[in-house]
Amino acid sequence: MALLKVTNVSKVFGGLKAVSDFDVAIEKGELVGLIGPNGAGKTTAFNLLTGVYEPTTGEIEFDGKSMIGLKPYQITQRGMARTFQNIRLFAELSVLDNVKIAYHFHVKYGILEAVFRMGRYHKEEAELEAKAIALLKIFKLDDKKDEIAKNLPYGEQRRLEIARALAAQPKLLLLDEPAAGMNPQETQELMKMIKWIRQEFDLTILLIEHDMSLVMNVCERIYVLEYGSIIAQGIPEEIKNNPRVIEAYLGEEVE
Amino acid sequence: MEFTFTQQLIQQLINGISLGSIYALIALGYTMVYGIIKLINFAHGDIYMVGAYVAFFATTVLKLSFFPALLMAMVVAAIIGVVIERLAYRPLRYAPRIAVLITAIGVSLLLEYGGILLVSPQPRTFPAIFRADVYTFGNIVVNSQQILILGVALTLMVILTYVVQRTKIGKAMRAVSFDTDAAKLMGIDVDRIISITFAIGSALAAAAGMLVGVYYNSIDPLMGIMPGLKAFVAAVLGGIGVIPGAMVGGILMGIVEALVSGFISSTFRDAAAFAILIIILLFKPSGLLGKNVREKV
Amino acid sequence: MGNNKQVWQSLLACVAVYAVLQSLITLDIIGPFWQLNIVLVCINIILAVSLNLINGFTGQFSIGHAGFMAVGAYVGAVLTVKLQLPFLVAICGGAAAAGFLGFMIGLPTLRLDGDYLAIATLGLGEIIRITILNIPYVGGASGFMGIPRYTNFTWVFFLTVFTVVFIRNFINSTHGRACISVRENQIAAEAMGVDTTKYKVMAFTMGAAFAGVAGTLFAHYFYIAHPASFTFMKSFDILTIVVLGGLGSISGSITAAVLLTFLSAALAGYPEWRMIIYSLMLIILMIYRPQGLFGNKELSLKMFGRLMGGNKRGTTEGN
Repeated sequence: MALLKVTNVSKVFGGLKAVSDFDVAIEKGELVGLIGPNGAGKTTAFNLLTGVYEPTTGEIEFDGKSMIGLKPYQITQRGMARTFQNIRLFAELSVLDNVKIAYHFHVKYGILEAVFRMGRYHKEEAELEAKAIALLKIFKLDDKKDEIAKNLPYGEQRRLEIARALAAQPKLLLLDEPAAGMNPQETQELMKMIKWIRQEFDLTILLIEHDMSLVMNVCERIYVLEYGSIIAQGIPEEIKNNPRVIEAYLGEEVE
Repeated sequence: MEFTFTQQLIQQLINGISLGSIYALIALGYTMVYGIIKLINFAHGDIYMVGAYVAFFATTVLKLSFFPALLMAMVVAAIIGVVIERLAYRPLRYAPRIAVLITAIGVSLLLEYGGILLVSPQPRTFPAIFRADVYTFGNIVVNSQQILILGVALTLMVILTYVVQRTKIGKAMRAVSFDTDAAKLMGIDVDRIISITFAIGSALAAAAGMLVGVYYNSIDPLMGIMPGLKAFVAAVLGGIGVIPGAMVGGILMGIVEALVSGFISSTFRDAAAFAILIIILLFKPSGLLGKNVREKV
Repeated sequence: MGNNKQVWQSLLACVAVYAVLQSLITLDIIGPFWQLNIVLVCINIILAVSLNLINGFTGQFSIGHAGFMAVGAYVGAVLTVKLQLPFLVAICGGAAAAGFLGFMIGLPTLRLDGDYLAIATLGLGEIIRITILNIPYVGGASGFMGIPRYTNFTWVFFLTVFTVVFIRNFINSTHGRACISVRENQIAAEAMGVDTTKYKVMAFTMGAAFAGVAGTLFAHYFYIAHPASFTFMKSFDILTIVVLGGLGSISGSITAAVLLTFLSAALAGYPEWRMIIYSLMLIILMIYRPQGLFGNKELSLKMFGRLMGGNKRGTTEGN
């Protein structure tokens, strides 16, 4: 059974059909890419999957259950986490706090325990801190754990976004243009990291990207979106040579 | 003669339209400023008060007649509005909205209490510079001053609509409120346009202030607080940022308030305004004529 | 854990401060003027810290706090005067009533943002006040008179300490972090699994409840509760304290409450000058130092001695 099954989803804003006939199926463990020219509706698709928008038609099934009508935080709690195209870190908070917040919904102690510092408070806070630091270590951000997030260099901010999303312990990770603004070397490292975290955290990954080298080298399967509809899907080789895709991307170099 | 329900209704409608014209004039300033820089100018109601006092000064000390005094009040208020924008709001053009809101509250308090210190908290009596003829139709009373209020308000609104829709400056104002950055790129002097917006809004509020002084005969430094809040509700009701909305909202607010005052109780007239605010914000925050704008994720 | 040692030291410090001040009061070394102002300082600290929870830590711009204070004052007064119940019941009742109202109001209005929320809370504060004005049972426009003076330094001191500790401990927990994440970036917070509506309403309810406590204390010190004490001017007063101290700093709220209470006392004969100074303060702060005195940092014992080792959020000693 597919981990994520999207059937016939469309989203209409007023007179504008942002997404239509959106059909996607992703099996557990896959690393799938979503590409398309600017304005094709990729981020809208992500927003539909994560509950930011509600689909006008269609069904979204995650882990066997319908996600329609659920709020974003509920969808995240059921195992789908995301990063954002324009970094949305908690800018004034420390790196460590950014990650701790993503662990929040796994914490069990209540308000009274927090206020009166009793019960599970101390134990869970210690666990939380340890887990957060361990996660930061993996992303080589642990030495900066007390830095204010907005003071990090751009590449590290993007890494932090991914680390934070992983702290939510998702089954499916949605990455929205993770390589945006990165130079070729950083992109290489990112590619290695994406493959590695898929393995290490037992993840399924869906990513939006413009950087073709990353997509072709990392994704096992690719969906291509144009004007809100899927025009092609298949393995990188097939997509590379698909005339429809080339036409949509006219002028764009595909290596 | 017995005051029938219909007669009471018509009377309150007349009162309401008159009152509503005042709210509409003030509401226009709120909506124009919000439309252009997304600021709720808390101090706007106090500009209305300043206008009333300038008119008072013009008529008592300078012995001007109605229309010259009105002009003077409008011009002085426009200048003050521009000065406030330059000194208090412009430095915060790119600050978080909360910061500007707090500053606006500060400016409002400054005008009110500065006013008290300057002109004493005692209410002043406005000289009778416009004859109050009373026309009666059966049990229904219409005051010539009410007609004046409606007349002046309508004239100003028509002029404003013409300026906004048919002149180059109006086009620039609409451009800036639609997309400030794009307007800048088109060569529009955004700072100047914002100043002009404040000037126009303040002038309209001042006109309202003078009209109120003429009609109710009494002005005091804190007179702007309630009408300011109610006019803001009117702007939200009509659709904040939408100029015709301010006019519609203002008239509606006036009518509702008159009806509540006439049929329920006058102690609840203020609460009625806030109740309308809450209802609108809960059910249609973009107002009657407004459009919903989504935040891009 | 080093934590327990810190807790006992703080507790000891509080009791010591209390003992010193209380004896000074009993011995009449601290006269009525200072007693009055100490009580006012404490009430203002409760008001400021509770408003800071909503505005500073959770980023929801609420300017109707006086309404909740009014509810606490009146409900508390009804409980002691009309129902002859003990003071503790009045305080709990005032808190519960204000908190409940905060919850009912918060639920529908907290989906509004920024400016709209501010105006809605302002309007609601006024609606509360106007409603009270029209209830003859509690005195209506003449106010509720004959409230016994149950509030004394002991009550006020320990309730203030309780408020500060409660809110500080809440903030330094996962629930507090959830609130702060709402302030920082609501969309990201939702995406990280935080039920932002729940936490906004939670902060609002708690803030309202503590404002209710302050209201009950206030009414039982001044013998009378009058709607005119709870206008939006009062809300602005509290807002000024929070802004001066720093949105997001408990130490800031405490410090500013002390400063502004005494400033108000000094200017008691010149109310217009007081308002002008307040208004200039708001304007100048926003333009030149929007973070106020402490920004979102806390006074840390680290500043006085490395031995304490404080964590980043430091420790604030309730006084």
